[in-house]
Amino acid sequence: MMAWLGAVLLILGLLFFLAGSLGVLRFPDVFCRLHAVTKADTLGLGFIVLGLGVLQQDWQRFLLMLLIWGLVMLSGTISCQLLGQYGREQTTDQEEPAE
Amino acid sequence: MSGDFWFDALLGVLLLVLALATILARQLAAAVMLYVVFGLMLALAWARLGAADLALAEAAIGAGLTGALLFSALARQPKSITPPVRISRMELLPALVLCIAMSAVLGWTLWQLPLQPAHSQLPAALEQLGSSGTEHLVTAVLLNFRAWDTLLELLVLLLALLGSRLVAAPEPAALQHWPLARQWSIRLLPLLVLVAFFVLWRGATAPGGAFQAGALLAAALVVLRLNGQLPALRFDMWWVRALILAGVLAFLLAGLLSVWLNWQPEQAVQWLRWPLPLAKGLILLIELCATLAIGLTLTLLVVGERKELTA
Amino acid sequence: MSLVHWYLLIAAALWGIGCYGLIRGPELLRRIIALNLMGAAVFLVMVTLSARTEPADGVLHALVLTGLVVAVSATAFALALVARTLSEPT
Repeated sequence: MMAWLGAVLLILGLLFFLAGSLGVLRFPDVFCRLHAVTKADTLGLGFIVLGLGVLQQDWQRFLLMLLIWGLVMLSGTISCQLLGQYGREQTTDQEEPAE
Repeated sequence: MSGDFWFDALLGVLLLVLALATILARQLAAAVMLYVVFGLMLALAWARLGAADLALAEAAIGAGLTGALLFSALARQPKSITPPVRISRMELLPALVLCIAMSAVLGWTLWQLPLQPAHSQLPAALEQLGSSGTEHLVTAVLLNFRAWDTLLELLVLLLALLGSRLVAAPEPAALQHWPLARQWSIRLLPLLVLVAFFVLWRGATAPGGAFQAGALLAAALVVLRLNGQLPALRFDMWWVRALILAGVLAFLLAGLLSVWLNWQPEQAVQWLRWPLPLAKGLILLIELCATLAIGLTLTLLVVGERKELTA
Repeated sequence: MSLVHWYLLIAAALWGIGCYGLIRGPELLRRIIALNLMGAAVFLVMVTLSARTEPADGVLHALVLTGLVVAVSATAFALALVARTLSEPT
């Protein structure tokens, strides 16, 4: 039962990563791409951490993974903000999207 | 078993694809980014091959700091003098053939290697592990059995810094500081320092050690420096110089101490051989000094001696 | 094919790719990256060879660790040289 739950959570997480990667490849400009990639980071990794936690049933490791997830989310948020800011400066400088 | 097989197969192919993309990427910035990704995947491969120390070191040094080095070099490149160089396919054909041929010969030679090593240092090393002052084999090799190598390695790092100082052109620092990034780097600092010293301490019994810890410290310092939160570090400040030299000096002093303690008339001089009661303390002391020295040296190598920023 | 053989072949191919990049360039920075790729291939050979025994051979790991730091030092120095070359008016 737990194994099934873990597998479903892992697959859900992988789907978010897949969607995020597709978004980075297919979306037209910086902002949409950032949107896609940060969703993959937070939700995808969150589901994977949950899934691994369910599979392992070891609360110490689960806490450690939660900590990693928190750090990744925070740094993802910050770097997304910075990239967005940079993207905006580039677009206003050149009056047209850089790519 | 088959899951493992697919993982290795995928990882190997991914490594090759990333390497090829690095070489062939049209933009230099893309090449640098792909190289960083390559480094992270290589760290994964090393973890797979049972080299946890190296996976840590590769992620921190190979991918992280080399990436930072390459990016700062990229930022320094003037845009005007990198015209799109046109390379003709025909000119490169001999090179391509040569490289494929050499790869094939290499691959064939490596394929012939026996799966069981003919003679390994491993049993001897494991036997002496008890008298080395540390319980982790890699640390024991680095700081006891082959301490010479590590001493010379610290010297190489020092030489690289001195050489870079000599040739580096003074550069104007034109960096913007985003408040968000500054806040984040300040929040991150205690965590990074904590993890660095944890990795250093753990090196006595498990994967970890001075180089990984030094790289983590350097990462913290580089981020702070790039955000303008640290005053300019220059080699002619006495404390910077003292810390950078600390690694080599501590090593040399410990070596001299060991010569003195091991001294027996009419016997060969025993250099860098720690007497057992002191071994753990000496190794820890050297590692601590080396960590600080490596951290500061790598920081200076990455951020250089930029002039003080005027905000 | 065993794990060891597979990674040895990957390392050989990686070395070739790095070598090709070193020749092709065209930018100096990319040549330095290519040199690092070749170094990574050599390290991969050593780590793979260390994985032949159980547990993995820590002696070789220590040598690769030393090599990693030396590689970073050399890269840093090379990049400093490149920066100087590019800043000289030609």
